[in-house]
Amino acid sequence: MTDGPPLLDGDSDEPSLRLRGTERAIALGFMVATLAALGLAVLYALGGQPQLEGVLLALTLGGIGFGIAGWGKYLMPNGPFVQAREPLASTAAEREHFAVTFERGSEDIGRRRFLRRLLGGAATALGIALLFPIRSLGPNPGDSLSHTSWTPGARAVDVNGDPVQVDDIAVGGIETVFPEGHAGDASAQTLLIRVSDEPVVTRPGRESWSPAGYLAFSKVCTHAGCPVGLYQHRTEQLLCPCHQSLFDVLEGCRPVFGPAPRALPQLPLMLDADGYVVAQSDYREPIGPAFWNRS
Amino acid sequence: MSDAPEPSGGEPVRHGPGWRTARWFDDRLHASDFARRSLDKIFPDHWSFMLGEIAMYSFVVLLVTGLYLTFFYVPSLSPVIYHGSYAPLRGLSMSQAYESTINLSFQVRAGLVMRQMHHWAAIVFIGAMVVHLARVFFTGAFRRPRELNWVVGVSMLILGLVNGFAGYSLPDDLLSGTGLRIMYSILESIPIGGTWLAFLIFGGPYPSQDIISRLYVIHILIVPALIALLLGSHLAIMWHQKHTQFAGRGRTETNVVGVPMWPTFAAKSVGFMFMIAGVIAALGGLAQINPVWLYGPYQPYQVSSASQPDWYMGWLEGALRIFPNWEVHAFGHSIGNVFFPAVLLPGITFGLLFTWPWLEARFTKDRDTHHILDRPRNAPVRTAMGVAAIIFYSVLFAAGGTDIIATTVNASENSIVWFLRGAVFVLPVLGGYIAYRLCNELAAASAGRRRAPGVIVRGPGGGYEEAGPAAEPPAATGTGGD
Repeated sequence: MTDGPPLLDGDSDEPSLRLRGTERAIALGFMVATLAALGLAVLYALGGQPQLEGVLLALTLGGIGFGIAGWGKYLMPNGPFVQAREPLASTAAEREHFAVTFERGSEDIGRRRFLRRLLGGAATALGIALLFPIRSLGPNPGDSLSHTSWTPGARAVDVNGDPVQVDDIAVGGIETVFPEGHAGDASAQTLLIRVSDEPVVTRPGRESWSPAGYLAFSKVCTHAGCPVGLYQHRTEQLLCPCHQSLFDVLEGCRPVFGPAPRALPQLPLMLDADGYVVAQSDYREPIGPAFWNRS
Repeated sequence: MSDAPEPSGGEPVRHGPGWRTARWFDDRLHASDFARRSLDKIFPDHWSFMLGEIAMYSFVVLLVTGLYLTFFYVPSLSPVIYHGSYAPLRGLSMSQAYESTINLSFQVRAGLVMRQMHHWAAIVFIGAMVVHLARVFFTGAFRRPRELNWVVGVSMLILGLVNGFAGYSLPDDLLSGTGLRIMYSILESIPIGGTWLAFLIFGGPYPSQDIISRLYVIHILIVPALIALLLGSHLAIMWHQKHTQFAGRGRTETNVVGVPMWPTFAAKSVGFMFMIAGVIAALGGLAQINPVWLYGPYQPYQVSSASQPDWYMGWLEGALRIFPNWEVHAFGHSIGNVFFPAVLLPGITFGLLFTWPWLEARFTKDRDTHHILDRPRNAPVRTAMGVAAIIFYSVLFAAGGTDIIATTVNASENSIVWFLRGAVFVLPVLGGYIAYRLCNELAAASAGRRRAPGVIVRGPGGGYEEAGPAAEPPAATGTGGD
């Protein structure tokens, strides 16, 4: 080729290798690819097999890739060739010419200042109007994050909706519970832990919260909202498996290690006339991680 | 250089089979000259220039496999009872999203390979972008005139992370559902508008019925379209500005030395694309990834231990784990703990990345155009900072697996966390300092400035003394390995 980019001085255009062996290897790549592709089709027709499909597809694609890349690397002109790198900036004259052209066009826009301002106002108004439909994407948070579906007297039920009676859980036992009628409710999920036969006081003011040694804590981690799922009876600790926050159950789930900044809120419990575990009220503070409107 | 086509020597050119078609297009597009210059375009060759190609071609694999998956996946949280072919899940209540993911894995022929290739391609895509970014950083390829392409590239990295997260959330399995819960908490923690933002994105309090269908349109349309757009600009800008090159014989700031686009570079690059796709296919077939059927369907009150996200989210997971348990409560408002590691840290990370070309120009006062790349050793401060950054994010990544480290080395979780809290500050400084010294030593060695080693001689009395520099006094060249 005569008008292509010139070679770097002192180099020859001879491809580094023109060996028959190279050509054979490339040919082999294409042949393997063809056979593997046909094999893939047969395999699919026979019902498929994931591992073999992956291997055959890899052989097909890899064979083609090996062949083309090898062809380019060993049998095509590799130079090195030289090409000039023109300056990126335009010449002063070109820039000047552009500025003049642009100014000529925008002269009229610049002169009618009143119309320009009205247009600006209209565009701004349109922008504001277009923001409103975003509101439809979700409801007003309001104070929905500050309470859960627990109500005074609500029976604690397991995920199947079965209520928990005082003798259902042995000391050291644990159950994920919800208010009756809300089984599976993400924000009301509560850990019911029986730590003793006797009432346990986790903090002053919570003397009547733990009938028959039952304690209840929000299962939503105060760090990032994961379910605090791991309970160790021997140490009376709860662990959040997401970021490894550790809570001390007997001290009202005070965080003792890890990133959780606050104790898990405790649900005040009592037993109803039939011996079922029920809530005295909703949680006394918002459950879960902090949010802007949480005081 | 004259670009005018000059049929050489009056010799008639033999036209190939495509000549008539080419003429048809040129009659309408006037494209011959542009196309000819494109074919002749010279591309510098270096193995590290292929890193960006790995990212680009794994994106191609993502598009192809992802399109296939859309034909089977159902982005809906409507509950169904599973009756499919995977026995352990039969009779369980799950979302349609999870059911369709299980079905496309087990009941759609070739579906599992496509799904696993898609996941592997995402892992390779983001990995290649990160390594490519490191190459561009350490060689100073972001300097004038390439600041724009640096910004485009960092934007694609962010979009890649967003789409990776959105993508692995779609199956609605137990692991990804937990990830979405954490994302909700992160949104909630943002001051002033955070609660509203979380409600608007999720469509209400967690868990909402809308999030999967919203993530779906984000994952398969909005973000891929943005990446494709940015990728197009990335290539067009690179094409227009011409690629950088390393210093070497005959290479200057005003030329490009390499192989022509047609046919050599085209063959190498297309061949490379097939090879990358081949590797991803092998991974997709042989290396199990994200076996969602083992995790089970998402229930907001369930979680599995050792929940780790995909690798590119590991640094955020680690930051969430080792950040101290601080929280801000003041004036009747709160800023949640997760705000600092999961909003502020990425904000600073990407803020620094975006502005790096200008920050460096400001501090070095180097505002010149550069087409010749730096060797990392010749920019010791930059290299040291890059090394420090890599170590910082690697420690955070390691912190994402504190539970796994603790059980592996049989140490207490608490001591691991405290160790990493220190290491995240100490190791980057240490590593940066070592890198800085190493750069200076290497640069001195290759420039012949390194002091020749002294020779210690033992005298007859048994004492030692330095006998001055070695026999060849100047030792001016070639003292060190290059």
